[in-house]
Parts: sequence; C-alpha cells; structure tokens
Amino acid sequence: MKDILRGAAIILIVSAILLFVNAKLNEGGGSAGKNSITVYNWGEYIDPDLLKQFTKETGIKVIYETFDSNEGMMGKIEQGGTAYDITMPSEYMIEMMKEKDLLLPIDYSKVPNVKNIDPYFLDLPFDPSNQYSLPYFWGTVGIAYNPTLLEGQTFERWDDLWDPSLTQDVILVDSARETIGMGLNSLGFSLNSTDVDQLRQATDKLKALSPNVKAVIGDEVTPLMINGEAAVSLTWSGQAADMMYENEDIDYVVPEEGSNLWFDNMVIPRTSKNIDGAHAFINFMLDAEVAAQNADYVGYSTPNLAALDLMDPEVTQDERFYPNEETRSHLEVYRNLGLEMLGVYNELFLEFKMDMK
Amino acid sequence: MNNKPLRPLYTVPYATWIILFVIAPIALIVYYSFLDLTGNFTFENYKNFFTSVYLKLTLSSFWYAFLITFFSLLFAYPTAYFLTKTKHKHLWLLLIIIPSWINLLLKTYAFIGLFGLYGPINALLEVMGIGEQQILFTDFSFVFVSVYIFIPFMILPIFNALDKLNPALIDASRDLGANAWTTFRRVVWPLTINGVKSGIQVVFIPALSLFMITRLIAGNKVITLGTAIEQQFLVTQNWGMGSTIAVFLILFMFIIMLITNGKEKGASNNGKTK
Amino acid sequence: MEKLNKLPKIYLTAVFIILYAPIFYLIFYSFNSGGGMSNFESFTLEHYAAVFEDTRLLVILINTIIVALLSALISTAIGVLGAIAILFMRNKAMRNAVLSLNNILIVSPDVIIGASFLILFTMIGVKLGFASVLISHIAFSIPIVVIMVLPKLQEMSPTLIDAALDLGATKRDVLTRVIIPFIKPGILAGFFLALTYSLDDFAVTFFVTGNGFSTLSVEIYSMARAGITLTINALSGLIFLITVVLVIGYYMISRKAKSPLAGVRK
Repeated sequence: MKDILRGAAIILIVSAILLFVNAKLNEGGGSAGKNSITVYNWGEYIDPDLLKQFTKETGIKVIYETFDSNEGMMGKIEQGGTAYDITMPSEYMIEMMKEKDLLLPIDYSKVPNVKNIDPYFLDLPFDPSNQYSLPYFWGTVGIAYNPTLLEGQTFERWDDLWDPSLTQDVILVDSARETIGMGLNSLGFSLNSTDVDQLRQATDKLKALSPNVKAVIGDEVTPLMINGEAAVSLTWSGQAADMMYENEDIDYVVPEEGSNLWFDNMVIPRTSKNIDGAHAFINFMLDAEVAAQNADYVGYSTPNLAALDLMDPEVTQDERFYPNEETRSHLEVYRNLGLEMLGVYNELFLEFKMDMK
Repeated sequence: MNNKPLRPLYTVPYATWIILFVIAPIALIVYYSFLDLTGNFTFENYKNFFTSVYLKLTLSSFWYAFLITFFSLLFAYPTAYFLTKTKHKHLWLLLIIIPSWINLLLKTYAFIGLFGLYGPINALLEVMGIGEQQILFTDFSFVFVSVYIFIPFMILPIFNALDKLNPALIDASRDLGANAWTTFRRVVWPLTINGVKSGIQVVFIPALSLFMITRLIAGNKVITLGTAIEQQFLVTQNWGMGSTIAVFLILFMFIIMLITNGKEKGASNNGKTK
Repeated sequence: MEKLNKLPKIYLTAVFIILYAPIFYLIFYSFNSGGGMSNFESFTLEHYAAVFEDTRLLVILINTIIVALLSALISTAIGVLGAIAILFMRNKAMRNAVLSLNNILIVSPDVIIGASFLILFTMIGVKLGFASVLISHIAFSIPIVVIMVLPKLQEMSPTLIDAALDLGATKRDVLTRVIIPFIKPGILAGFFLALTYSLDDFAVTFFVTGNGFSTLSVEIYSMARAGITLTINALSGLIFLITVVLVIGYYMISRKAKSPLAGVRK
C-alpha cells in the first residue's frame, strides 16, 4: 500500500510541476475576452507566423484550436459552452449554420480589404451578398493520378475511372457527396440533385466501379498516393497539391463533365466574445501580402486577387489549381440539401460501401 | 465478507460515476433513439434497424470482433506465459505496453508505410522470392492491426492471472502423470480463466464498434456498426438512428455479459466438469 | 527460475519486433529531410528542433501528459473502490447488472460518449476546457480499472479477510494491508491501461474541450487533412525515448530497494 501511495504522490507532484511549466509557456492566461480572439480552424491551415504577426500589429492575442470535420465543428458550436470568434467552415456547412442561426453578419465597414477578393468568388448561392462569410481558400474536386504507375490511361472524363484495366487501382473519398456526386456528374446530372431516381442510377453506376476500387478513405489518401500505393484517386485539389509537392510524378485533372467547386470561408459564430477582434482578424487575413504568405504556406488556391499578383506566376498560372473560365463554367458549388436528403445520400453511400469487396 | 460499515465509503464515488456518466448518458441515448430528424417521437429508427443493411452490419461487426478477439487471445496467452518466466518480467511487461502510448493515427500511418506496395515488408517478400503482395486494405491487415492495438489489453490480465499461479500445482499435475496438454487444459487454463474473461471483455466489446481502423487500414472494405454510427452522428446529424444503433450495441453487450458471467463458478471447481 | 529455452525466446523476440516495428519506422522517418514517411532523402535534426520551437505543441503535449496522469490516478482510485464494492455485493442479479452497466462506456463508440458528455456538461454548466476533459477521461477509464481489478479480487480467498479480522485488524487495516496489496497487479494493470485510454483518446476529448485546451491526439487528427508533419514524428520519438528511459530507470531503482523474494521459486 505504501508504494502505491508513494506512486500517487509522485504523480501528483509531477503534474503540479507540469502545470507550472505550462503556465509559464502560456504566459498571459487563455480565457477569451478583451484583447484576445479564439480561432477554430482546420489543422495545418494557417501559417503560424501570421498569427504572431497579427498579434504584433493589433495587440490582440490569438488562441488557436483545431478540428478535423465540419460536422464536428458545428456540433460543438451548436451545443454551446465554446467562445470561438472565428471559424472556417466549408460552403455547405455555412448554409447549415445560417439556417441554425449560428452566425453573426459581417460588418463590412470594418473589413476594407474585401476589395482584394476576386468577385467570381463572392455572392455565391450558399451566402448571398456574403452576409456572413468571406472566402479563405477554395479548390476543386478532381482526379489525381500517377502516370508512371499506369499504362498511359488518361482521365479527361469521369467515365475514364470505369476503365476495366484499372482493377484495384482507384481510391475514392469517404464522403457521400463527393463520391455519389462523381457518379452523378458522370451521368450528366447535377451535384445537387435531389431526384431519387438519379441518385439510384448514380449509386448503381458506382457499384459497377467496385472492381476498380482499392479503398474508400479519407485524408490518408495523400501519403498513399505519394508512396505509390495507388495510381488514381478522387481528390480535393488542395490534397492533390500536397501530393504533387512530395511526389513529382503525380498529376491532377478536373474532368470535363463537371465537378465540385469548394470553399472554406471565414465566419464569426454567434458565440463570439470579441466581435471587433474577429473583424480585425478577417481584415488582416484579406490583406494581399498576408494572403499571399498564407497561400504559400498552406498550398491551396487563394481567392485573393491582390495576393495573386504577389505570388509566383508558376503557381498562379497553373491551370490545374487556378482553372480557366471554361473549366470554371462546369463547376458546381454544393447546396445544402437538407437533412433528409443528406440521409438518403448517406444511406446510398453505405449501400455502395457494403457492396464492395 | 460483511464489511457493512465501510461499504458506503467504497460505493459513493463509484456510484456517483455510474449515475452521472453511465445511467444519464444511456437515458439520453434511449431518449434520442425514439426521435426522428425533426424531433418527433417515432419507432421508425427501430424498424429501420431490422432491415438488411443493419443486420448485415451487425453480423459483420460480430464476425470481425470475434476474429480479433480470437487472435488476440491466441497470441497473447503464450506471450503472457513466457513473460512470467523471464527474469525481468515486470520490465518487459511495461515495455510491451509502451508502444500503445504512441498516437494511434501516427502508428496507422506507419503501418500504411510498412505494408505499402513499396514498403519494407513487400521489399522483404521480394527478396525472399514470394513477390509483391497487396497487404493494405485486406481482411488480413485489418485483423492484424486491430490485434496489434488490442493485444496489450489481453496480455495484462492474463499475465496477472498466470503470475499468481503456484508452480507447485503444475509440478503436482505432472507428477500425477498428466502430460503438458492435459496440465494446461485442466490446471492452468481453469485457474487463469478470470484473467482470460477480462481480456475478452476488454477486446471483444470495443471491437464491435471499431471505426477508425476500418477506414484507415481496411479502406472501408470492412464495415462495422461503428461506421454506421459515426456516419449518423456526424455526417447526417441523425442522432436518432445513431442512438438506436448504440442501444442495440449496449443490448448485445448485456447479452454477452450474461453468457460469460454464467461461468462464474469456474475457478473454484478447478475445471472439473460434473 | 526456469531458464528460458529457445522457443519461448524466439517467440517473445518476434512479438517485440512486431510491436516495435511501427514505432521504429516512425522514428526512422523523423530524421527525414523529405516531407513524409516515404523516400528517405537525407538525415536531419530539423524536425526535432522544430518541436522545441513550437511552444503551442509543447503546451499541448504537457496538457496531454497531465490529463493522462491525473485521470489514470483518479480513475484507478475510484475503480478499485468500485470493484471492491461490487465484490461485496451479495445479490447476484444486482452484481451482474452493475457489471454490465460498468461496461457500457467500453462498448459505446467514442462519438456517442463525446456527444452525450457534451450535453451533460452544458446542461450542468461545466465550462469546457481542462476540467471537462479531465472529468471525461476519468469517466471512461473507470470501467477498465474495474475489469482489471476484479479477477484479482475474485482470486482472493474470503478466509483471508476473516483471518485478518480475527487477528484484530481494523476494517481500515483489512483494506490497506490485506486487500490492496493482494490486488496490486490488478491495480497497476488498470492504471496503465487507463493511461493508454487517455493518451489515445480523440473523439471524446474533441467534443468536450474548449477554451484553447487541446491534447496531442486532437491536434494530430486535425492535422490529417493537410498532412501530418514530421514534427509529430520527432515529438513521438522524444516521448518514446523518455518513456523508455523512465521505465528502465524506475525499474532499476525499485529492484535495488526490493528484498529478495521468498517462496517456492523455480
């Protein structure tokens, strides 16, 4: 018994020491309120130097937390108990959050830098007049592939994935809207289809793809493509950029039938405690130099026109990540289809997953 | 065994925990299981569960949980046994647990690298002349990695049971003419059955709702009830259906507990069947 | 002490190799100047340097350790008391019911635990942050402590307690000088597994944290979308090294203090 008590005492002492160390490292306490903002963002989605720069320029301290899924983030904000001032939902989530009244409108008198944003990315259906959100990063959904692992197949159309010579070569994304969406696109239907008949056709077509499907996974597709485990994958452009950075053989293409145009936008949740600080942050991120530096760090496509002028033309003129007018005309932005329809998509997706072998 | 005056002291913290963190959440889950997407009362979720999709999922979950538990037991038992015979057994035991403290996602990425087509394992297979194999996204790798994760949980209780085993009993059994297998079957195994039961509980039950591994290692070619729950709770926001599946998971667990606890008297009978 | 012959040694060595393979793989690539866990380019210590420069990561690491240690300690205490209480239950049906209740958190997927705890906390009004995370970790670790301690309790002969009482032990003595020493392996097993549960947890922590408090697991999972940096490999390598050193060091110290074991030994 004595040694157990001794062990317990050691643990308590060590914990106390660590708590002290942490307090020192934290310096200045961490509760939200005056002169600090809490930013809730995806992991590795901002240049940490910019946070320090923001604090230097404005005197506002930044408390930073990360999340790995839109739904998890919304669930937390909806439940209450948090005080995030800024978060970066994807476009369909913004619609959902608007409907649940979780967002505060943006006061544009405090965000003059909005003039830097490419108007093509403003006033989109998921947030008309950008009442609640401003674009942060954007991209497309397409096909990433490694020609050195293939026998000359190319991917101009979604149907090319159904090529029988691609047995067990294709990786799909573990997300109903992207995968079923691809099925819809390949049949010429809209990504926002609510027609059960079309959805059924798309699912059946996907089931026909099964022999080619190696796996249906999430973010881990990036290291898998990099080390050649798979030759082809359905991917977001940002991830493709990451893959291509590490493995020069990989290429990315947006099929011509059409695809998804996605956005991650900055919003101010209703639970914000420092609304002025939040606006200052948004304005800061929209500054041309800041946006350029952020785009360089994160590697995704920036919606900031002024920033593009400051960036390496090799990057900004790469049509795979900054597609031209023609490709853009085929891209669709997700609408929020409502929970019931979302359920239908997911049931069909589950059916497809169970059918695989 | 009548320590009545001390009992209230034992029970207060534990009882509080049960009420706040077990009963309250169950009540919440059961409550949600009767709600549909719009918050109205319905039996729809329960009806839905008895469709082929969910029944298939249940079968699949049980099958894989069984496989994982079986192989964990198969490999853990000898490990625990040999460990008790080493000189620094507690040190080795701790060294076995330490890998489980490294983050799971990170280890999974390591497995993706290890099992990859161009990874070291396949390189070894090539050198040995067997040739490249597709290891990732197969049943094999799924069960392998799951066993990898669960094995410390199986080793520890079995080790504890074996450690206290009086070696004189084994000697006596051998002296009386029993061979190694009979000694194991009628002396060692029954005396360690409690440890084995603990191990089985701590592996089988969580294995029913595995979710992360099914995606990371099996590429969703293996689907369990956990996959469905994750989807319902996070993606489709259908807490009703998600809770219903959880209710069934809990029911299954109760049934398993009933079955395994029926053998409670095993130890004192020393395995003698009557 | 039976000397180990070849087969057991080979078997154990194989087990250890398999257990440590991913760890060594991770650590190997933590020295990679390339960006990921494939294509080793050249040897570098830059990721290790990056660990120490990233104050936020260090704070998160320390948070993780504190929560793990404290939650394991407290849940072990509560779990041991709970297991003893269960053992002394005379009504078999009640006992089975409580045992089943005990396992509910183990069978429930983390998402559900996280979501229901979050609702609980917001209903009671507990602020999300260190406190809510600590309480949650204690809560989901208790079942495993109970499961590890119970077999040892069941092994205990009831006459042991009667004998102690006959010899004049107080009730408290029975607890601290008879029961607890007997079940010590179970207590330790429970403690270390509780540590594992806490260090590994992502979903529950994710749901109940707030106020900038984060653990290593949450951080790593959040990084998956953009790619887990090798800084994490370096950090894990350091953690691993320090843990091994501590374990071996502690073992050496406690061996010197232990008296030679008595009893039948082979």
